Amino acid sequence: MSTEALVKSSAVTLTIRRHAQEDAAWVRWSLTLFALAVVGLLVVVPVVNVFAEALSEGLRAYWNNLFADPDTRQSIFLTLTVVPIALVANVVFGLAAAWAVARFNFPGRTLLTALIDLPFSVSPVVAGLMFVLIFGLQGYLGPLLRRDGYSVMPYLISILGVGLFILLFFLFRPNSHQRSQAFWKYPWLSVPIGSAAVFSLLFFIQQYFHIWPRNQSLKIIFATPGLVLATAFVTFPFVARELIPVMEAVGADEELAAVSLGASGWRMFWDVTVPNIKWGLVYGIILCNARAIGEFGAVYVVSGHIAGKTDTMPLRIEKLFQEYNLPGSFAVASLLTLVAIFTLIAKATLERKIPTTAGLPEPKANETQL
Amino acid sequence: MTLGYTVFYLSVLVLIPITACFLKASTLSFHEFWGAVWTERARAAYYLTFGAAFIAALVNLVLGLLLAWVLVRYSFPGKKIVDSLVDLPLALPTAVGGLVYASLYVQKGWLGQYLVPLGIRGAYTRLGIVLVLVFVGLPFVVRTVQPILEDLDPESEEAAASLGSTRWQAFRNVILPTLYPALITGFALAFARGIGEYGSVVFVSGNMPYKTEIAPILIVARLEEFAYGEATAIAVVLLVISFIMLVLINRLERWSMRHEY
Repeated sequence: MSTEALVKSSAVTLTIRRHAQEDAAWVRWSLTLFALAVVGLLVVVPVVNVFAEALSEGLRAYWNNLFADPDTRQSIFLTLTVVPIALVANVVFGLAAAWAVARFNFPGRTLLTALIDLPFSVSPVVAGLMFVLIFGLQGYLGPLLRRDGYSVMPYLISILGVGLFILLFFLFRPNSHQRSQAFWKYPWLSVPIGSAAVFSLLFFIQQYFHIWPRNQSLKIIFATPGLVLATAFVTFPFVARELIPVMEAVGADEELAAVSLGASGWRMFWDVTVPNIKWGLVYGIILCNARAIGEFGAVYVVSGHIAGKTDTMPLRIEKLFQEYNLPGSFAVASLLTLVAIFTLIAKATLERKIPTTAGLPEPKANETQL
Repeated sequence: MTLGYTVFYLSVLVLIPITACFLKASTLSFHEFWGAVWTERARAAYYLTFGAAFIAALVNLVLGLLLAWVLVRYSFPGKKIVDSLVDLPLALPTAVGGLVYASLYVQKGWLGQYLVPLGIRGAYTRLGIVLVLVFVGLPFVVRTVQPILEDLDPESEEAAASLGSTRWQAFRNVILPTLYPALITGFALAFARGIGEYGSVVFVSGNMPYKTEIAPILIVARLEEFAYGEATAIAVVLLVISFIMLVLINRLERWSMRHEY
């Protein structure tokens, strides 16, 4: 074979290489235009439409629609109460669940991860219905709570107090053995005694000072606690699902090093774990927040639609829509759309930040679910 | 310790409610259960729920593949913005989505004024339900296919091209088969979301029994009649289906991970 032929064939492979991943210009342009049209029609036009409709009667009418109507004002306020509570509960849960799943191997670990995913596939309406069945008037706990609802509160608070005590005990237990005092040394002895003491102290205080009203019904369904429960149910996977891969990627080495250098559990958590998972945590909170604010189905079932009392912002939109008050409902919708746009911006910024700091694995299918 | 807390939280929020749901359903006799679950109205609702979710997921399959392809392979001005806009249906409250779609496609709406004279009614019809489900499920296929497409080895395509295949042949015989697992996973996710979707559909559908009433809306209707038993029976049917979907999606994900290149 002559050198000429060789040169020719290598030139051919080069052009093939360059063109192998390239489509003809007309294919490229038509596909791109079609994709832009799809996004434009499905996403951009609706968003523009929200603001156009909301502002169609001028800024003053927009302002009045939002803040002059007491029921709308109340719905904004209610959303601002419910969402943070659910968010805090889910962040604590997400941290604990991610910790348990990523750091320990125990029977039922797969089942636990499957349970964490459950709210993604359960219809929100069904989720709401489940809470109505438990706490509703004809539900399992409803009648009890109705007769003397607050009688459960002392027990609840005391049990929470005991949980907190056990948590603090293990977090602050110094792990170098020379310095240990008897109190820290025998957890099997001091934990039960301490728990009993905390429980009876809290219980006694509550009974003695009559903190909770007697013989009054404690409303959960058709009231704020039910809204919090339903919102928390629908949104609890987000933080946990974001954190599990991050914690698995970071590994336990640094934490073990911290503990072996004598850090208490508490210090290890704040100085080692939290900085490592910071961005994953923020990411999870943002997603969780967006979903919690917009939750409709579950909240719809448990709220009871008492205007000015149990309507969250999405429910208020629906009610205004049914009353043919379109500008009003679009005004509320525009606020929620703004939140969604901010969420997207924050998400894009974080995604640029994450690969450099924590070495996150790329998001998998379920993690992008909102 | 954290494990204990996790289990406690999960059981308060998940296990006890689900048990309550099944307990309530088990207080019904078989006849009552069947009577609630298999009425003509309920059958129409299931048919619509699954049909609309299925069609919407199919549409999303095609659109999602196209969007992922364009976003990975081509570059054009504003690509990053389009990329984040794809996530908007996830971030936007479903109620807002439903509200906008309802008002876009009515006779006086922005798109309806052109479409309604043509006989295409996109609000208060089954078409409207499919449309809004397409909107809600749009991100899933894109986000499952995109990473696989990005990691695709260019060599297989080069090999195909050097063996003389056209672009279309290379796409059909080389690229598409590697994308199947991701496509199916995305399809299943969009389908599952479509079955459970409530917030947006309630605005768009008009909720006419037998015509535009989906299963979750039927549950709410039964609840508002204080027919808790019947509502629970339908809810149990949906719960069982979502369990099956959950297992299926998990399997698919494991499968597609094994098939990653």
